[in-house]
Amino acid sequence: MGSAGTVVLVTGVSRDLGRRFARAAAADPGVARVIGVDVVPPRGDIGDVSFVRADIRNPVIAKVIVKEDVDTVVHMSVISTPGSAGGRHTMKELNVIGTMQLLAACQKAPGLRTLVVKSTTTVYGASSRDPAMFTEDMEPRRAPRSGYAKDVAEIEGYVRGFARRRPDVRVTLLRAANVIGPHVTSPITSYFRLPVIPTVLGHDARLQFLHEQDLLDVLLHATRSDVPGTFNVAGDGILMLSQALRRLRHPTVPLPSFAVGNVGSTLRSARLADFSPEQTAFLTYGRGVDTTRMRTDLGFEPTFTTAGAFADFAAPLAPAGGGRAERALAGLAERLSEPVATPAGGRRG
Amino acid sequence: MGDAEIIPIGTRGRQGRGTGTQPSSAARGLAPHKPAPKRPASKNPASKKPASKKQASKEQAPKAAPRPEPTDEPVEEPAPTQGIPAADWLTAFQHAAVDVFGDDWEPQLARFLAFLRRRVTGDYTVDEYGFDREVTERFLMSALRPIAQKWFRIEVRGIENLPADGGALVVSNHSGTIPVDGLMTMVSIHDHTGRFLRPLGADLVFRLPFVSSMARRSGATLACHEDAERMLRNGELVGVWPEGFKGIGKPYAERYKLQRFGRGGFVAAAVRTGVPIVPLSVVGAEEIYPLVGNLPSLARLLGVPYIPITPFFPVLGPLGLVPLPSKWLLEFGEPIRTDEFDAGAAEDPMLVFNVTDQVRETIQQTLYSLLMQRQSVFR
Repeated sequence: MGSAGTVVLVTGVSRDLGRRFARAAAADPGVARVIGVDVVPPRGDIGDVSFVRADIRNPVIAKVIVKEDVDTVVHMSVISTPGSAGGRHTMKELNVIGTMQLLAACQKAPGLRTLVVKSTTTVYGASSRDPAMFTEDMEPRRAPRSGYAKDVAEIEGYVRGFARRRPDVRVTLLRAANVIGPHVTSPITSYFRLPVIPTVLGHDARLQFLHEQDLLDVLLHATRSDVPGTFNVAGDGILMLSQALRRLRHPTVPLPSFAVGNVGSTLRSARLADFSPEQTAFLTYGRGVDTTRMRTDLGFEPTFTTAGAFADFAAPLAPAGGGRAERALAGLAERLSEPVATPAGGRRG
Repeated sequence: MGDAEIIPIGTRGRQGRGTGTQPSSAARGLAPHKPAPKRPASKNPASKKPASKKQASKEQAPKAAPRPEPTDEPVEEPAPTQGIPAADWLTAFQHAAVDVFGDDWEPQLARFLAFLRRRVTGDYTVDEYGFDREVTERFLMSALRPIAQKWFRIEVRGIENLPADGGALVVSNHSGTIPVDGLMTMVSIHDHTGRFLRPLGADLVFRLPFVSSMARRSGATLACHEDAERMLRNGELVGVWPEGFKGIGKPYAERYKLQRFGRGGFVAAAVRTGVPIVPLSVVGAEEIYPLVGNLPSLARLLGVPYIPITPFFPVLGPLGLVPLPSKWLLEFGEPIRTDEFDAGAAEDPMLVFNVTDQVRETIQQTLYSLLMQRQSVFR
């Protein structure tokens, strides 16, 4: 494969990450053509990517795949928040029905060789009964009942069904940790961008991040490599929520867990941040995923660690001189080193 | 109520004691043997004691320099913080620093400031379970050490049975209403071997606010076979209390009787990873909060396994939370090797039950022998 150059179809190019991935794929020498599909045209520059305005909820997508002789499909059109799409109903339709239609179209496409689906670690849920690190074989402790997590769980089910029906297609499912970066807008980044950040009193979540650049790299890597399967993708290491907030140097308000829901819905209606129940659970208990298989089987090594990705995200947000306490400590440490030293030496000597 | 007029306080119009020719006896005792200089009355005659004391304190002053007659008392002394030069502050600060940090206070203080700065800016690392080594070592261990050494006077035996490195599973009895025995085991193992015990906790621990963040920070993780095996594979020293709430919340009358050892999941984890099982018997923890009653309906309402009633709690309120100062004995038994079993052994329930019973029997027998050796509960 990849001899004469592959033809890649990317869904969800109207959003920033989809558009940037399509451009990165078009720049790849092994790729002949990239077709971007979405219901609305992308806002930014899409370079060599040819855009096809099509709804993946519509059987038209099957014609596009066959006509353009697509051999690689990268499905990135799973949205985590209703946001601009409308209500939760539209989001669910876009996610689940869209994936079903896309997979149905893929099943009818004889030339298809590779399917890469961008999933998320949200499928593991977040609860007090979670193991410290989820491996790919583990199930969530509590099956998700609503929201994004349920959508993703259903999508993964359909993808596995597709893999059974078309064993000749190499299906790679990438469960990405929370994608973070200066250009990303997602529930978690809008949470960290709040001027005053509410936290859950008495709990400290373990967080893992994936830098936006690493997400693009791993998707590209997956289209080129020859390894089917499900992989957790996350940066190295763990950052505690308290630690992340200290690095961000934003003021925080600890709220008891029952109040977080109310504050969350207020923030949501004010369009400041999205606090879904699963987001609250994530910020309470956190989640860690094991990335051994990503390194050994998939052969991918993220360039950013969790801490590095967060630092890159936080750099434009943090106040310049550091927090007040930090400045006071730094001042004290500086003053301590010189003037105190001389009288002490004289008196004691 | 006419009698109420005669109150033996004050001087009833005559000169007060403090204003007379002679100082009071208390003042005479304080003063050097020399007649007091005469001075006109300026005091409120109604107050006896303060007046006499002030007289006495002034007694020594006039010797050096006969000062002008005091007319207004408060003006004499300036506010304590005004007018202290910066150099004095600096000296006081240095003295304090030497007192707290010892002779090499400067690098010590610098190190402490660096530590504080790291904490404030979040510039530290935690492992994948959320274990914060620095804060555990500096705060938790330092806070628990005096309790372990002074309050419970813990005596540790058989510490050589713990491997110096590599994975091992410490299996202990559980008692004491509140898992103080886990904390004491952690600090004792750290002080004797320098290793950190990684406890496995029930999911209630990770559901409760504050407890959950503290538990993760100090190295605990959820008691499930995934986490246990992961830790043991990475060569950690893992601690498990298989009796769980049945052990810790049993009535005082059943003290030192081991409860059922779970379903033997800890044995399966040890067999799968091939690490030794070190049985640990803890004597003394049963007596810290003697559990004499329980409030099951309230416990069910709050979603906790039990609400304890001890002889002092909740009768004495927060004072009832002070544990009784029993004498503790910790004995680590001989390690039980699991690396000799063949690959599928963990899937053999009979073998797992046998090893579980072996561990349980070892701990029970050791408990009995330690109880025989113990002179009394508190000594």
